[in-house]
Amino acid sequence: MLDFIARRLIAIIPVLAVVAVFVFLMLRLTPGDPAAVIAGDNATSDQIAMIREKLGLTLPIWQQFAIWMGDILQGNFGESYFFKKTVAELIAQRVEPTLALAICTMVLALSVALPLGVIAAYKQGSFLDRFVMGVSVLGFSVPSFVIGYCLIYVFAIELGWVPVQGYTRIGVDFGGFIEHMILPSITLGIIYVALVARITRASVLEVLNEDYIRTARAKGLSNRVVLMRHALRNAAVPILTVIGIGVALLIGGAVVTESVFGLPGLGRLTVEAVLSRDFPTIQTVILLFSVVYVVVNLLIDISYTLFDPRIRY
Amino acid sequence: MSVAQQPVLEVRNLSVSLPKGGDRAHAVEKVSFTVNPGEIVCLVGESGSGKSVIAFTVMGLLAKALKPTSGEILLQGENILAASEARLRELRCTRMSMIFQEPMTALNPVMTCGEQIDEVLKTHTKLDTAARKAKIIAILTRVKLPEPERVYASFPHQLSGGQRQRIMIAMALVLDPVLLIADEPTTALDVTTQAEILKLIAELQAGQGTGVLFITHDFGVVAEIAHRVAVLRWGELVEMGPMEQILSRPSQPYTKMLISSVPSIHPVHRGVRLEGVTVLRTDKLGKTYSGKSFFQKARTVKAAVDVDLDIRRGETLGIVGESGSGKSTVARCIARLIDPTEGKVYLGDTEIATMSARKLRPHRRRVQIVFQDPYRSMNPRITVGESIIEGPMNFGLQRDEAIARARKLMETVRLDPNALDRYPHQFSGGQRQRICIARALAMEPELLIADEAVSALDVSVQKQVLQLLDEIRVRLNLAVLFITHDLRVAAQICDYVAVMSKGRVVEYGSAEQVFGSPKDPYTQALFAAAPGRNWDFGKAGAA
Repeated sequence: MLDFIARRLIAIIPVLAVVAVFVFLMLRLTPGDPAAVIAGDNATSDQIAMIREKLGLTLPIWQQFAIWMGDILQGNFGESYFFKKTVAELIAQRVEPTLALAICTMVLALSVALPLGVIAAYKQGSFLDRFVMGVSVLGFSVPSFVIGYCLIYVFAIELGWVPVQGYTRIGVDFGGFIEHMILPSITLGIIYVALVARITRASVLEVLNEDYIRTARAKGLSNRVVLMRHALRNAAVPILTVIGIGVALLIGGAVVTESVFGLPGLGRLTVEAVLSRDFPTIQTVILLFSVVYVVVNLLIDISYTLFDPRIRY
Repeated sequence: MSVAQQPVLEVRNLSVSLPKGGDRAHAVEKVSFTVNPGEIVCLVGESGSGKSVIAFTVMGLLAKALKPTSGEILLQGENILAASEARLRELRCTRMSMIFQEPMTALNPVMTCGEQIDEVLKTHTKLDTAARKAKIIAILTRVKLPEPERVYASFPHQLSGGQRQRIMIAMALVLDPVLLIADEPTTALDVTTQAEILKLIAELQAGQGTGVLFITHDFGVVAEIAHRVAVLRWGELVEMGPMEQILSRPSQPYTKMLISSVPSIHPVHRGVRLEGVTVLRTDKLGKTYSGKSFFQKARTVKAAVDVDLDIRRGETLGIVGESGSGKSTVARCIARLIDPTEGKVYLGDTEIATMSARKLRPHRRRVQIVFQDPYRSMNPRITVGESIIEGPMNFGLQRDEAIARARKLMETVRLDPNALDRYPHQFSGGQRQRICIARALAMEPELLIADEAVSALDVSVQKQVLQLLDEIRVRLNLAVLFITHDLRVAAQICDYVAVMSKGRVVEYGSAEQVFGSPKDPYTQALFAAAPGRNWDFGKAGAA
């Protein structure tokens, strides 16, 4: 087990190194000059040149990369060109809404998707099964900003049940926090529900054909016990895998959802940073997302052992 | 009629219909029989005879596509076919229980064995935790599992196949049901384990007066355990009677044919060994598997150790052993499907054990394998003709020549040459195995390896395929390496036999010598465990 975790942690290093190189190059190779953005519309070309000098943008690209990596390894993520703060501060301010959105989405999505998937598998071929699977196709194919705006129109504008946009910190007003979280979580969660419900259905269907399900029935257990205790737990590994992979969906979706609902989180920070060519911020956010993704998936791999005692690393 | 005399199970005129489009209208047609208290009734039949369908109908666990259309199933007088789903659930495990063929898959892999038995007690009794635990430990002791406390907390994968089947039996019998249905409970087990499990079932059953409906395809097992036997074919009851009578004086031609197809355990006299060309020789062949680990010491498993064998042209060498004995490992090393870690393999004069993959390629043709499961060893998406000609064409034969050869081979294995453009699913298991043999022969090999090639086949089909293999060996003067766990099959087809245990060859000699007077204690134990060894089926059926 320790052996496995150690190996996996070591394997993270090259992954992040590759991410770092890509992030760095991609941003440098895109057109647009951050110095010009910082200097503003009325700056002279001399002023811009000075800023470029100060930011180190005149150095050869590999030197820029080396300096940047060196700083990051020391925990110094640089200063935002645009927000005039250190990136670390900036991220600390913006992390709560994103984290809250991710967790709410996850909880909401799983509590809907798992039962739906199990029921669809149990009633395979029935109207319910086809309905659930049909809706999940819809969930996949309708973009989340469309869903977001529809939800805002119906529940915030027409019915007035929840606020249109904005965010209340969880520590300030819990009720307000929940009100602000409901629509974004649904918006972001729909694709996740579609994904997890489908994979749950598929893996439970497979497990239902196993001999031990027959044994469980032969014991005189009720259908509910057979499904929840025997089938779902055995189907857990592929479901967990997809939940892990789906974290990437959450990260991508957060960018759009936060913009639609005006949540001051990391997703919107990314958009703002990209629009203003704020290299240090963009790089750090992407690196952060990569670390989160890799770590979540490592945790999921470790959690397999909780569900299946045969898996030993 | 008092309860003691009343049959435990009475099946009256039972018919179960198959869904439309099946090969026949009924899975089971007008079958009637009874099981009395304390009696073991064997349902015998080949695949598709409907024996398992009957078992599942009794338990109410029939697949949705199958429907009982007529008749009654009386469990102590109560008609199960009329019972509600809730009533059926109540009866399961309390009055009727079932154990299954595959102890490897019949237990839930993610729950401990104790929890799984506990579920039965929780569902059907009002006992408290301590009482339940005590009852479970008691039944685990009764099925003779060592260290019941440890077994209680073990997951299925931590136990052997035989132990898992004991868990299944414990689970089935913990509430003392009046009827136990055993669906091929020993088929997946090694012969020595099988003997122990059969003994256990007989003991427990006699002790509690349980009626047992025992489903099997193996007449050896029937001879070992049955009081009465019912023979089924295509869903119909062919004949029924006391075990002695059915095995020694069957009245129906089908039963006679079945019993005469069971290979005799006495080896065929092959005459003196002729001087022949040695096709294959192994010298201290060994295979060690090792797992690598960062922090812990690497684990090594010696799958084969110091194996010395030789096969001459026109001879069949059998490797006999239980699962994990290393017999398949040896076969795979010889074919270089896996790389041996020690020793040498001489194919003719060529040493192939250490040869590089590139140099080995031309020699691949010379050794061909037929595998156990004809359902999985053929690519389902290409026609059998394509499967057969693929190898020869790979070695440079023109397509039309290869097809001509394939047509000839189809005749050799007694199939219609015009069937070459069909797909594997259009053939039965026995036919597929013939195609696999044709595919191997298409390469014109010097050595044919048959790895449990007849184990998945029904006994009547098995007999035909064995005859075919023997015929081909004689006609083509082929060397054959025959891997099997079945002593009867080995006795009928092998000139020489190597008995393997734990990776080593413990006894090696002519079939007559090994079967006639085994010297090694392991071989002796193996023979002593063979079910029905006191019945000479081949002769009894023919007489």
